[in-house]
Amino acid sequence: MSAPAWEEKERAELARTWHEREGILGRIVSVDHKTIGRRYIITAFGFFFLGGIEALLIRLQLAVPENRILNPDLYNQIFTMHGTTMMFFFAVPVMLGLGLYFVPLMVGTRNIPFPRLNAVGYWFYLFGGVYLYLQFLGNGGPDAGWFDYVPLASSQYSTGHRVDAWVQIINFTEISALIVAASIIVTVFKQRAPGMSLNRIPLFVWAMLVSMVMVIFAMPAVIFTAGSLNSDRTIGTHLFNPAEGGDLLLWQHTFWFFGHPEVYIIFLPALGIISSILSAFCRREVFGYTAMVLALVATAFLGFSLWVHHMFATGLPQIGESFFTAASLMIAIPTGVQMFCWVATIWGSRPRWEPPLLYVVAFFLLFLLGGMTGVMLASVPMDLQVHDTFFVVGHLHYVLIGGALFPVLGGLTFWFPKMTGRMLSRRLGFWSLGFLFVGFNMTFFPMHELGFHGMPRRVYTYLPDKGWNFWNLVSSIGTVLLAIGVVLFLVNVLRSLYRGARAPQNPWGAETLEWATESPPPVYNFLRLPVVASRSPLWEGKELPVVTGLALDRREVLVTGALDGAPSHREEVPGPSPWPFVASITMSVGLIGSVFNVWWLPAGFVVSIPPAVAWYFTEEKP
Amino acid sequence: MRRTAWSAALLLPFTACRASYSALDTASPEATRITNLHWLILWVTGVVSLAVIAALAIALTRRRTAETRAGEGRRARAVAAAAIVSTALLLWLLTASVLAGRAVATPVGPGALRIQIVGHQWWWEVRYPADPPSDTVITANEIHVPVGRAVLLELSSTDVIHSFWVPNLNGKKDLIPGRPTRHLLRPERTGVFEGRCAEFCGYQHAHMGFVLIAEEPDRFATWLASERRPASEPIDAAARHGREVFLSSACVSCHAIRGIGAFGHKAPDLTHLASRRTIGSAMLPNTDGPLAGWIVNSQHIKPGNHMPPNLLPADDLLDLVSYLRGLR
Amino acid sequence: MCSPFRSLSRLRDVLLLGGVLLTVGPGCQRSNRTLLETAPMSAKAERDRPARNPYEDNAYAMTEGQRLYEWYNCSGCHARGGGGIGPPLMAKTWRYGKDPGGIYTSIVEGRPNGMPSWRGKMPEYQVWQIVTYVQTLDADRSIASPPGPREEHMQAGEGASSR
Repeated sequence: MSAPAWEEKERAELARTWHEREGILGRIVSVDHKTIGRRYIITAFGFFFLGGIEALLIRLQLAVPENRILNPDLYNQIFTMHGTTMMFFFAVPVMLGLGLYFVPLMVGTRNIPFPRLNAVGYWFYLFGGVYLYLQFLGNGGPDAGWFDYVPLASSQYSTGHRVDAWVQIINFTEISALIVAASIIVTVFKQRAPGMSLNRIPLFVWAMLVSMVMVIFAMPAVIFTAGSLNSDRTIGTHLFNPAEGGDLLLWQHTFWFFGHPEVYIIFLPALGIISSILSAFCRREVFGYTAMVLALVATAFLGFSLWVHHMFATGLPQIGESFFTAASLMIAIPTGVQMFCWVATIWGSRPRWEPPLLYVVAFFLLFLLGGMTGVMLASVPMDLQVHDTFFVVGHLHYVLIGGALFPVLGGLTFWFPKMTGRMLSRRLGFWSLGFLFVGFNMTFFPMHELGFHGMPRRVYTYLPDKGWNFWNLVSSIGTVLLAIGVVLFLVNVLRSLYRGARAPQNPWGAETLEWATESPPPVYNFLRLPVVASRSPLWEGKELPVVTGLALDRREVLVTGALDGAPSHREEVPGPSPWPFVASITMSVGLIGSVFNVWWLPAGFVVSIPPAVAWYFTEEKP
Repeated sequence: MRRTAWSAALLLPFTACRASYSALDTASPEATRITNLHWLILWVTGVVSLAVIAALAIALTRRRTAETRAGEGRRARAVAAAAIVSTALLLWLLTASVLAGRAVATPVGPGALRIQIVGHQWWWEVRYPADPPSDTVITANEIHVPVGRAVLLELSSTDVIHSFWVPNLNGKKDLIPGRPTRHLLRPERTGVFEGRCAEFCGYQHAHMGFVLIAEEPDRFATWLASERRPASEPIDAAARHGREVFLSSACVSCHAIRGIGAFGHKAPDLTHLASRRTIGSAMLPNTDGPLAGWIVNSQHIKPGNHMPPNLLPADDLLDLVSYLRGLR
Repeated sequence: MCSPFRSLSRLRDVLLLGGVLLTVGPGCQRSNRTLLETAPMSAKAERDRPARNPYEDNAYAMTEGQRLYEWYNCSGCHARGGGGIGPPLMAKTWRYGKDPGGIYTSIVEGRPNGMPSWRGKMPEYQVWQIVTYVQTLDADRSIASPPGPREEHMQAGEGASSR
């Protein structure tokens, strides 16, 4: 079917206006949200593989007692790198990437509002990760845990540059998260399609919005905390030195004030993915929209009031600890409401058995078990027995892998056709999920048992007469199955990229706006911006009305009101620019150099001024 | 379903738990109370989880019926009811948890036995304060307590954060430098219990264990009295030579043996080394072979620990071991 | 989406990666730690005025040296560099030399007027760790130097906390 002439003309003009440069230079100057979102996802999975290798090494070392594959020094570095990589370089960035890619598409706009700032965010993230791994390769990886409790992480007990690397990458990853958070929040509030009032935005967009608001509050806390440790280590402050009036628990409080919301920042977008998948595969809206949104907001609020449950063993007053037990138990309620609503969604529909739906089912099973053990950990006396044992390792992997990774893999399976224009193999999808599910349970379920039997965590080996040998071996064998599942998923992705069936615009028959454009979307997202009148625009039963009158010769987006999505005005957004890349290099050099000599920091700041000025004053003409 | 099979498997290992090491093999009222709380939480959350999974399974497999407003209403009420029931159950668990928490942390009266535990990288200093102070007993890595009496542990650390944990007796409590904490133990039966450090503290966190022996009060009193005495005199020439080796080597820089003029306070007190069951923080049995190996190259056994290798000539080593094994 | 790898750019990437690995592979001397001291360095210190400190600039040796400085009671005479019974080690010039070999010999042989000999009492690697540490006691050390041991001790066990 050939398109009418005016459509071809408009398409050509838009393509010219929003043109992305080719080649290496093109990649460096790109400011398209889809390009950057895709980069976040691919880089995050790169780090996921590195973190997975570290996990395999850990389980190899722990497979048998008194194993000598890794000495304690190397083991400490590896488990610290595993936690740091997974938490800072995989879990949060992959959610940021999915949000960056899909939120603008779902709300019906052409690009995020701060394209060049967003580019800086990605480069920062990448440079931070590269720096960390370079230092790790040089035997300088941080080795005091991903949580770096002082005094172990102080300069007296963690000497050299190892923990300094950890401190610096906090700056890199968390600044990039803040940048993405700003982009997404403003997109959701100000750049929606006309008619998309707040109660019509998809649940995935709500989840990303709430998660990004959490980022705004949580990330500055950890930047402050890590900065405090940095100043203790390099310039001689005593914030965490009790001998000079500092306080060790200050570290734990400020770190966990970030650390606990961090896992909800990871978890909330996963909940959004589940909603997207379920509504598509059950062919009906998710049940109880208002309750779902309120549950997300309640989870975010409560998520900031739980942090002391990581510190129950430190001898804090009982009444205080009980408050945090109450909050930790109560946060199960909004998540429970979400689960009940999802069950109600499925109840009233006929689901289609595709891999994304199976990922949702796997999420249910695994997250319920993780929630059970979470309720146990919320109780102070119970926690005092299993705190800092493998029970917690089991719990956290059930909620993080079951509650975040499985939804992400399901989401990627769901959105792969949209992102690449190809379908993933269904058969490989089932096989990879099977290996992942069985391997995951085999690896992490025995850890609950090990925790009850007294095996502490963060140990490089264990004595043979404790009765822990069997389950450790089972757990280590399980990692092989888990790894096979991951490899199968990767094989599926790579094969389908080149040989997968071509995907139509809306292969699943889903209802949100990202399915209203081609697969993959053109740089300008939509030929004409849609107008919506309900929560499920593509199920309204008729052709979507569109907005006309936007300029085609400059990069224009439609700005709408925050509550009702009523059109307000048109705004020009910047195009590709090299200055974000240059500025991120100068700032990175400043931050990384400051590990080795404090004067690099002001030098880096000064050297960043020219690119910042150039950035402000130049504008790439399309 | 797989999930149900795992639930059954969950119970099985707990019923077949090995003695002495498990948090579920309780030896005190506190541990029993915690274990009971654990079973309550397990059953309540287990039932809720199974109910949700059952609902999910039914939802996935049931035959589709037409959508009706009444159906929507029914579903809304079901979701609301589920939310209310979950909230009520969680409030129940909260109450149970708070009550259990109060029960296991009751303040102890003045009759409690006070023991000071000081954490070091990677061993435990154990002190029984007494009046007069010269009667204070100092030992390492092995704690004796009498059965049937409350024991108040005063915990502190000289370097990094450690955590004291005897699974059979109670939960854990951190040892934080500059911030003393207290912990309660009340063993109600005799036994030898394993304890370990439960907060990552560096290279040998994995091997920072200790032994806690709960015994009858009169046996405890005997033990305490014997620990109070200065070191035993060597019984033969070899042991006497061994004492000379101790006093003239690097040992005396760090280790103390009361009564012979060795006052090192950086490493475990060795005055009654032979009365202990283990060496190396509950890593090795306290017998000749392991002890000799430990002295010569503890770095090979516990890499990164603060005791250097001591390449003594064979005769000196044997005599030293013979002396140390006589320090009952 | 992604274009298939062009062979030339892939070769360039591999070379770049190899170059990077060669640069950092040997490991940063500052961050090396040897936990299992092998026999030669475990033997008691015997040699006379060796030239090189095998732990030069090694961060772990500095903090271990700081620990051993306390444990062997060097601070009993030298305080924490401020001197007392023995001469201050923060001073600019030392009577018997500030070179690593000289410090090593001072520790192993002892010196007249009260410095004891540690020959036979201390493994060689510990002597070198102490040498590495005392070299950092220079009062002129600038604050911009990388993190190392601190003069103030970061532990409350050595004195009451201020609270």
